[in-house]
Amino acid sequence: MTGSQFPREELFAPGHRGCAGCGAAIVARLALKAAGKNTIVANATGCLEVMTTPYPETAWRVPWVHVAFENAAAVASGIEGAVAALKRKKGKYGEEKVNVIAFGGDGGTADIGFQALSGAMERGHDMVYIMYDNEAYMNTGVQRSGSTPFMASTTTSPAGSHIRGENRPKKDMPMIMAAHGIPYVATASISYPEDFMKKVKKACEVNGPAFIQVLQPCTTGWGYPAENTIEMGRLAVETGVWPLFEIENGEFKLNYRPLKRKPIEEYLKVQKRYRHLKPEDISVIQKTIDMKCDEYGL
Amino acid sequence: MSEVKVITGTSAAAEAAKLADVDVIAAYPITPQTTCVEKLADFVANGELDAEYIKVESEHSAMSASIAASATGARTFTATSSQGLALMHEVLFAAAGMRVPVVMMNANRALSAPINIWNDQQDSLSQRDTGWIQLYAEDNQEVLDLVIQAFKIAEDEKVLLPVMVNLDGFILTHTVEPVTLPKRETVLDFIGTYEPKHAYLDPKKPMTQGALGDPNYYMETRYAIETAMRNAEKVIADVHDAFAEKFNRAYGNGLIESYNLEKAENVIIAMGSICGTIKDMIDLKKKEGVEIGLLKIRCYRPLPVEMIKDALKNAKNVAILDKSISLGMNKGAIYADVASHLKDKKTVNYIVGLGGRDITSEDILGIYADVETSEDGKTNWVGLKEE
Ligand SMILES: Cc1ncc(C[n+]2csc(CCOP(=O)(O)OP(=O)(O)O)c2C)c(N)n1
Ligand code: SF4
Repeated sequence: MTGSQFPREELFAPGHRGCAGCGAAIVARLALKAAGKNTIVANATGCLEVMTTPYPETAWRVPWVHVAFENAAAVASGIEGAVAALKRKKGKYGEEKVNVIAFGGDGGTADIGFQALSGAMERGHDMVYIMYDNEAYMNTGVQRSGSTPFMASTTTSPAGSHIRGENRPKKDMPMIMAAHGIPYVATASISYPEDFMKKVKKACEVNGPAFIQVLQPCTTGWGYPAENTIEMGRLAVETGVWPLFEIENGEFKLNYRPLKRKPIEEYLKVQKRYRHLKPEDISVIQKTIDMKCDEYGL
Repeated sequence: MSEVKVITGTSAAAEAAKLADVDVIAAYPITPQTTCVEKLADFVANGELDAEYIKVESEHSAMSASIAASATGARTFTATSSQGLALMHEVLFAAAGMRVPVVMMNANRALSAPINIWNDQQDSLSQRDTGWIQLYAEDNQEVLDLVIQAFKIAEDEKVLLPVMVNLDGFILTHTVEPVTLPKRETVLDFIGTYEPKHAYLDPKKPMTQGALGDPNYYMETRYAIETAMRNAEKVIADVHDAFAEKFNRAYGNGLIESYNLEKAENVIIAMGSICGTIKDMIDLKKKEGVEIGLLKIRCYRPLPVEMIKDALKNAKNVAILDKSISLGMNKGAIYADVASHLKDKKTVNYIVGLGGRDITSEDILGIYADVETSEDGKTNWVGLKEE
């Protein structure tokens, strides 16, 4: 899929209540373009849910349901089961495949929703789980999650005189999901829309569970000007902090290799959440990224 | 023709879900509910029931998946007990708020700590404000009949609320009794098909469910549930009557059952399997020329206050039996709810059977004797071992 082939139809309506430059809205918009009309969405509590459905308004032009924070994967399981039963017993939904897509933030996915997600993946439901990863609990005011990166400052992992922000590395969700033996796992970025949409399409076509973790820059939580959202996503990939890859039936494939990796400093220095970092902190982070990139062959 | 099987209460619930031809089951095992979900798994495995059985990893997910399946448009059943019901607590509110007619069997069991698998009714009574209709069975036949009725009540357009069918753990869940199983076609003809207009997920007609309701809208959603609860009083009675006509089994008026209340001044209010023992004692005393009575609550939410008041018009001394306790108030849930409506009578609360403590016939006779002389408003813990 190239730019000119992007479906024009907007299944995610403009006019939501997100911050200007919100990356989560871009995630939803691109994912629905790729998945198409025949889709049912389950959404975890979080920014995406709150900003899109203040009753009586909705930004969703596909059927959409939200139940709670920690259960998007269980909700999607219920939908998938119901669709299968109603298809078989009552001839509903026609011949075409109905995509069941769950959206969860990093908190709703890697932390409180982790058990429900693991269960749903292990059970083999035919669903696509999209983790939109803004690397903290944004809806409640930027608290750390298991997906917050090392040394990032959040309101519950603040940089102080004794502690340099988050003291633990980011939880490795793609590898954890791959360990479930599911047919499709991928990372993506809103700044590489063709790659992201291709992956959503593939994930929908796969029989069984698919998991996509898409890095979603957040102007409010990361502290950068609203117009730089796409630039932030690009820098994450160009510096190697966010490699784009797929794991299809256990086989790892790198999707994008920057000609020359940019130094991590270029990514960190433009975000308020890293503003406390000293040169020696930055070189520690650079080292961990270099090691990771070596592992991935980047 | 219908057939008679000698089965447990959990099997009766499973048979009823099968007769109702449920589309989706999402459940997680817990004693003493387990045999219900095992039985359902067998039905699906053997092709006796065409349903999707979602083997969830927790009760929280069981309820979440059930809500979603029902919100998609499928007839949905689940079952739990005690710790499992407590784990569901958060999403029980969501089920009612989203107006999904999920039917759930709950095997009444005490809550930890200390861990205790035996019967009391603390689990379901602690969920009384979640917006679920709560029905309680006295025996295994009533379990089957209630689950069938529950689908018809829940799916009624004037109601559209989830329904919890409660049965006492072990006392009913693990005791076999002869149960008449009606024919599937008769049951399906009675319940009808589920074709929701208010909650479904279909790409051809996109609907947003579970939206954010700000202070401008939230209160009305609660009022709508309360209105549905009030409507449910009539629907439950109507469904009961229609059921009685079709299947030849009746239980009072569907919400409460009066037993010898005409002449009795000393009466008991109770709920669940204990009512069987109480009825036996009433019959026994009648032979001696003594009139005592029972008001059995079959429907705890909505609480049929007017019916209860009316049924007790001849009573003087009312013993309210609770298998639950509101700690720090020293009253059980039924007493707390009902006593204030019986101001012209003496009401005494008896806390009984917590964590499976035996309640004997002598205890029941003792309560009838005690309520006559006891102080108004008192709470007695029956069978408590004192130091
Ligand atoms: C059981 C429960 N605990 C806590 C909350 C409060 N809460 C709502 S959204 C949220 C954070 C969401 O974070 P994330 O999943 O990362 O999504 P984001 O807001 O960043 O999009 C929290 C803590 C809740 N709604 N439910
Ligand atoms: S806080 Fe971040 S994720 Fe939430 S709406 Fe604003 S930009 Fe989007």
